[in-house]
Amino acid sequence: MAATVKVMRRPDPGETSYIRATLKGMALTFKHMVNPDKVTLQYPEEQPDLSPRWRGTHRMEVHADGRPKCVACGLCPTICPANCIRLVGGEDDQGNRYPIVYEIDEFRCIFCGMCQEVCPVEAIHVGVHFENAEYTRDRFVYDLDRLMEQDHPTTLLWDPSDPRSE
Amino acid sequence: MNDLSLTAFVITSSIKVLTVFSVLLASVALMTLVERRLAGFIQDRLGPNRVGPFGILQPAADGIKNILKEETMPGTANRFFFVLAPALAIVPGVMTFAVVPFAAPLPTPWGTVGMVIADIPIGILYILALSSLGVYGLFLAGWASNNKYAFLGGLRSASQMVSYEVALGLSIIPVLMLAGNVTLTEIIWQQQQLGFWYILPLSLAFILFVISAFAETNRLPFDLPEAESELVTGYHTEYSGMKFSMFFIAEYSHILTASALMATLFLGGWSIPFWSGDHLFWHDGMLISGFTAAGEPMAAQGAWWTTLLTFLSFAVKTAFFIGVFMWVRWTLPRFRYDQVMHLGWKVMLPVALAYVMLVAATILVLDQVGVEGFLFGAILTAVSAACTGVFVFVVDSDRLISGSSVSGTDRAVRSPVRQVRRPALEPRAGSGVNP
Repeated sequence: MAATVKVMRRPDPGETSYIRATLKGMALTFKHMVNPDKVTLQYPEEQPDLSPRWRGTHRMEVHADGRPKCVACGLCPTICPANCIRLVGGEDDQGNRYPIVYEIDEFRCIFCGMCQEVCPVEAIHVGVHFENAEYTRDRFVYDLDRLMEQDHPTTLLWDPSDPRSE
Repeated sequence: MNDLSLTAFVITSSIKVLTVFSVLLASVALMTLVERRLAGFIQDRLGPNRVGPFGILQPAADGIKNILKEETMPGTANRFFFVLAPALAIVPGVMTFAVVPFAAPLPTPWGTVGMVIADIPIGILYILALSSLGVYGLFLAGWASNNKYAFLGGLRSASQMVSYEVALGLSIIPVLMLAGNVTLTEIIWQQQQLGFWYILPLSLAFILFVISAFAETNRLPFDLPEAESELVTGYHTEYSGMKFSMFFIAEYSHILTASALMATLFLGGWSIPFWSGDHLFWHDGMLISGFTAAGEPMAAQGAWWTTLLTFLSFAVKTAFFIGVFMWVRWTLPRFRYDQVMHLGWKVMLPVALAYVMLVAATILVLDQVGVEGFLFGAILTAVSAACTGVFVFVVDSDRLISGSSVSGTDRAVRSPVRQVRRPALEPRAGSGVNP
């Protein structure tokens, strides 16, 4: 793309001044001063409207009997670009695979949402959530129990046939 | 100047000093909050509103934080002057208020107490002298820090304050000529007697005073000594903790004093408009409310509610100007350094000089003709209004913010679009990749 140059017009003689321009500016700022529509969000009391596609900390979907939906297929640690998922799978008597260890390091996670996209059983999700403060760093490695406890809404996946989620 | 016994004088003066000092510092603390909240409102935000109702305790929180913070001492700084500078900055700022009368005299069982700490006969000269000392604190801070940014800030503050002191002093001279005195109480009295606040008969002096007061207090658009975009924060770059805070207290108390001065010199100080009940003045050792037609002084007695009302009037006027200071700060960007100097020396100084001459001539002519009272004020108002019109619409017109190397009257700069013709880029034979 060619670079474009915006030519600013020099003000004509007689257009410029200090005092009158200052007063004009003060009128403008006064209008904003008395304007009751402020943009401030009084955060802890008022919560921001997050997009349904907001990608925040993860949650693990759970079966009705309390088992995680994860089948330990290993796709999410494979696809994860930040390499933040640790999965050790196991198998029970019926031959069902389940995760023995499932940890996500939320510090390393870049919240790309690929784990959710790749999951064949829709077990792991990124969520619509951002309040993650903790007192120690090790609290940011979420284990399986913690992931299953999360109850915030899950992120809506981007649908190529409906790119604006309409 | 009063009828108090020595003991009563000492006691009332001590009380006044303590009260005014505490009120001054409390107002300064409040002003920091008001400034931040006003900035918020102007930028469509809310500003700090969490600490206490409406954020009223925010200054206390800031103060505690600043006292508890570590005080850094740069290794290469000049220790003595580095510590001295904040004190030098804050002392003139706080002391200047001593001569500003803030209410009508208060009658007490021990005699009438003037509502001014020191009603000294050199009023304005004291203020000019002390406010000039403020530059030492800023300059020493910049020099003693041994930091190039701080030093540049200190240099700028010195040159700027010295330059604008000239215009400031010249803009006060018409007031002194009209009042015939430099005592602030008498200036208020003369405004009451004339029936005009001096903002009307001396409107151009008011404009010049406001502009130079902005420069003297280092407020935007003249805050070049701080200029955070170029100089980190200028002269107080190396300061932290309470020393840093002291520079801010100094700045805000200068604003408070400048606003009180604008109110006193041009808006009648503590006098209440369209009411003669507050006309109180010490004349030859007695409190008078005016003169009879024969020139005899009329004795008067103050009242506590008069004092209260006049104090409210003074507070409202001062608060208005403080508000203007903040309002302008969040409206205007900073001037470039050469523009500040250009404005100070090439615009303000000649205009102020010419205006002093004009006012002097007008007063002389009116005195010779024998015009007095309302007509005197009205004629002076008309003359000043004409001057202000010329200043605002002719002198302050067609001033282009041009490059520092090009003067504002250069035709090449004025022309709407400068056409720079460059030879078209021709592909040179034999050098290109074109076939």
